[in-house]
Amino acid sequence: MSTRMIIETKDLTQIYGMGDARVAALDGVSISVYEGEFVAIMGPSGSGKSTLMNILGCLSRPTSGEYFLDNEDVSDLDKIELAAIRNKKIGYIFQSYNLLSRTTALDNVVLPLQYDRETERTTEEREEMAVKVLEMVGLGDRMQHQPQELSGGQQQRVAIARALVNEPVLIMADEPTGNLDSKSGAEIMDLLHRLHSEGATIVMVTHDPEIATYTQRTIHLRDGKIDKVISNGKKAAK
Amino acid sequence: MKSSEVFNIAWAAILKNKVRSLLTMLGIIIGVAAVIVMVAISAGTEAAISEQITSLGSNLVFVQSNFKRGGAGGGIPEGGLVYDDAAAIAENVEGVSGVVVEQSATETIKANGVVLDSVTLLGSTADFPSVRDMDLSDGRYFNELEVDRKQKVAVLGATLAEELFGEADPIGQDITVGTTRLVVIGILEEKGLVGDVDYDQRLYLPITVVLDKFTQSQFARIMGDRVKLIYVEINEDANLDDTILQIQLLLSKLHDVSLDEPDFSVTTQQDIIGTQEATTAAFRSLLGWVAGVSLIVGGIGIMNIMLVSVTERTREIGIRQSIGATPSDIRWQFLTEALLLSLVGGLIGVIFGIGGAWIFGSVSEMRTVIVTESILLAFGSAALVGAFFGYYPANKAAELDPIEALRHE
Repeated sequence: MSTRMIIETKDLTQIYGMGDARVAALDGVSISVYEGEFVAIMGPSGSGKSTLMNILGCLSRPTSGEYFLDNEDVSDLDKIELAAIRNKKIGYIFQSYNLLSRTTALDNVVLPLQYDRETERTTEEREEMAVKVLEMVGLGDRMQHQPQELSGGQQQRVAIARALVNEPVLIMADEPTGNLDSKSGAEIMDLLHRLHSEGATIVMVTHDPEIATYTQRTIHLRDGKIDKVISNGKKAAK
Repeated sequence: MKSSEVFNIAWAAILKNKVRSLLTMLGIIIGVAAVIVMVAISAGTEAAISEQITSLGSNLVFVQSNFKRGGAGGGIPEGGLVYDDAAAIAENVEGVSGVVVEQSATETIKANGVVLDSVTLLGSTADFPSVRDMDLSDGRYFNELEVDRKQKVAVLGATLAEELFGEADPIGQDITVGTTRLVVIGILEEKGLVGDVDYDQRLYLPITVVLDKFTQSQFARIMGDRVKLIYVEINEDANLDDTILQIQLLLSKLHDVSLDEPDFSVTTQQDIIGTQEATTAAFRSLLGWVAGVSLIVGGIGIMNIMLVSVTERTREIGIRQSIGATPSDIRWQFLTEALLLSLVGGLIGVIFGIGGAWIFGSVSEMRTVIVTESILLAFGSAALVGAFFGYYPANKAAELDPIEALRHE
């Protein structure tokens, strides 16, 4: 296992509401995810897994605690800095794909590159990069299709291509198979597994124990705390 | 994100809802078109009027009666100019090269077996052609002597001559005006329409004849023949202010009134043009305000639709935020869309405005002059309106929380 820490949190706490209505959605969560790990987060609804996911994905900031992403403290960044982190370091895969409608697969995948303000790329370079990842997820022949012309599994693969195009250090997958039938779901999991075996670091939220078996470790949350961590005995990526 | 990409996204969003976008632009279109058409009309009117004033001849001073109504119920007007004032000015004021008095009347005229009803008679003094820049195509104008002696002579406008005599030579022919018989001594060159006055359709007579025969009034016997307006032509090298002062002193002495409260007023062509300009400027600024209000209404329409658009596209905003769009990326995207709506609306408005002004000018009697500044002003205001009213919705979009936005259905 690599010793490079991608995620390291210390006492992450997220509190919603005020006064008597205060609810701790997360209550002192400390986890570490190393480079190349495939980790699942499980827990019943209300366990805080969505809140944890949002913080790990830099979509929100914790009330207290520290979060180091790729050895950078991101717990106190402002909106603009968080946007840049999301763009450069994180790739998202959502349950409902979240592709832009009436926009071709290619344009959807190019989008993260357009919001990358640090790297100068020509339009051609961007499209080249997008074509490469679309081919990698097996959609080389569907690049000019719009989401409504694609099956659920294909849409999710476009989303995965979009997540990969900026070469992020972390892939966040939120119930990636939740909207898919079992066959398409298995295909998506195979794809994620392949990415993992190629060295990607993936954190996935799921409620499906069977899906969780694809991962190396499952972190179980309950009432905003880590309930247990189960190692699935899978081999770590090289 | 490159500005060309922002532009493309905004443009695609506008095209996605063509009808809605068009309706949103309508306010701006109407506002911009209104500014251009209204300014074109007022500029056209102004041009027509100043042309009319200068066509009266150069270096003119107008002496007008200030009627003071005597007593209640509008009794006998006191004071005012009389015909003899014109002669007095011509004789006593230095630097005057011509004095014209006009008095018009309407009569039926008969000549060569043709009868014409309601012909305008213009009584004037001998200096009329030179002061008013009119030339004769045939014969001559009457002279001072003929005016003084109330000679029954007439000069025909070009159209009138043709209507009465056709191909025949009218010079020396008799013409009966009302019950008075006159001899034609000249024909004026075609002048065309000046404003809405057709100079070619008139019959020109010595003013003494008109006053004596056609506008005879009871007052005339007591107070002399009243006239409304005396045109005074000033020599090129004379001092205008000095000459005006002389006229004022002379007339106040003749009328026995003080200079502070005269029964006449002296104005120059410049004064008239100036007054006219002030009037049309006021008119124009009023139109400007009206058009400005419609632009603001158009802007509110844009804001309204942009707010709807932000709500509709909340999820899209969330997706963009999740993959790295910063608040300013989102703000620019929506601001660009609002700007584009107003600019395209402005452009359509400019096209309609120019077309409208042109059509208006060709189908109506009014003249229109398209003013370039009005196009720039209208277009610029449209852009400003778009930026102003687009900012609030754009900012609202930029401030959205990514998690909330992604959760939005």
